[in-house]
Amino acid sequence: MNLTLLGQMGTFAVLIFFIWRFLWGPLTRLLEERARRVQDGLAAAERGHHELELMQAKAIETMKKARAEASELLAQAEHQALLVIEDAKRQARAEGQRLIIAAREEINGDMNRAHEQLRAAVASLSVAGAAKILEREIDPTAHTNLINSIAARL
Amino acid sequence: MAAGSSPVEYITHHLANLRVGEGVMAVHLDTLIVSWVIATMLIVVSYYVGRRLSLAQPRGLQNVLESVLEFVDQQIRSIFPGRSHLIGPLALTVFLWVFFMNAMDLIPVDLLPWILSLFGVENFKGVPTADPNTTLGLALTVFLLVQFYNVKVKGLEYLLDFLRYPFGIWLAPVNVVMMLIEEISKPLSLGLRLFGNMFAGELVFLLIALLPWWIQWLPGGGWAVFHILVITLQAFIFMMLTIMYLAMAHESHDADV
Repeated sequence: MNLTLLGQMGTFAVLIFFIWRFLWGPLTRLLEERARRVQDGLAAAERGHHELELMQAKAIETMKKARAEASELLAQAEHQALLVIEDAKRQARAEGQRLIIAAREEINGDMNRAHEQLRAAVASLSVAGAAKILEREIDPTAHTNLINSIAARL
Repeated sequence: MAAGSSPVEYITHHLANLRVGEGVMAVHLDTLIVSWVIATMLIVVSYYVGRRLSLAQPRGLQNVLESVLEFVDQQIRSIFPGRSHLIGPLALTVFLWVFFMNAMDLIPVDLLPWILSLFGVENFKGVPTADPNTTLGLALTVFLLVQFYNVKVKGLEYLLDFLRYPFGIWLAPVNVVMMLIEEISKPLSLGLRLFGNMFAGELVFLLIALLPWWIQWLPGGGWAVFHILVITLQAFIFMMLTIMYLAMAHESHDADV
């Protein structure tokens, strides 16, 4: 054993210092930083996962609501359509009724007019016929009342 | 094996250091230079890797050093109480430096001495950890740190412990002797264990080098493969004991069994 021992102790101390400054310090900081980032990443992933779940639940909820709304709208529309059809039917029926009544009235009017014409024709025919049968002149004015009463009975 | 020399001469030649000066004032240039080269190499590599650290895409040496550092840090966390700024760099330095100094053992025993003999260098021992000056120097540094932290953490209690343990205050003189032996045996065993392993490893390589050239590959290869395990294991043991001794220095007595 000799001075080499002291030399090696000095070298040892110097080497510890440089390993500390150049290697241990930067590298431990780096490893800590990396560990921190990994931790952050995992936390962010966890958060993302959680958010995704929330969003999925929300999406399902929204879908459900939309479906319910749609079916409600559909029901309303069907109801509306039924009402419209019902209304149209009613209107059509009323219109038909009205047309029937109008037609009937027209027929009645025609019939009355025909009756009138017939009555007039019968009156004149009966006068002519009576004149022919009696072969003498009958004063139409004297018997108008009689003829009219006959015609009115038609 | 140099022609014309006996096995004993060959071995003693290879186990002699490149020495300057005499006695206690002597300096082993080979030990110092090799360990300095390795230390410089470690500093340069640390500097370059530490400068170009990449958070997202670590590559090459950074990956290697990250693994080593995490391994060392894991050992520290499992043993060391609380946090210390020194223990990490200290343990990492011990592991890397000792590992590479041990690894010098794997360079063929005659290669460096032969190359240097061409330049007139007579003796060259290429494994710094096969020199007790290195291993005891490291152990002594650790010992000083241990004593420093013992006093820093436990204060006067630490000195009183020399009187009170293990036999109680009434046997204080015996206690002091026992505790001194225990404290001093720690750095001694720490340093001598590493030295003994590396010296023996070197010696076996030298003995293998004495065999006929056509058979050397078999025991030489086998021993080299085994030695890869030894150099790693010894570096690891030195680091673990360093951490352990410093951990013990940081623990207060209440936490002791």
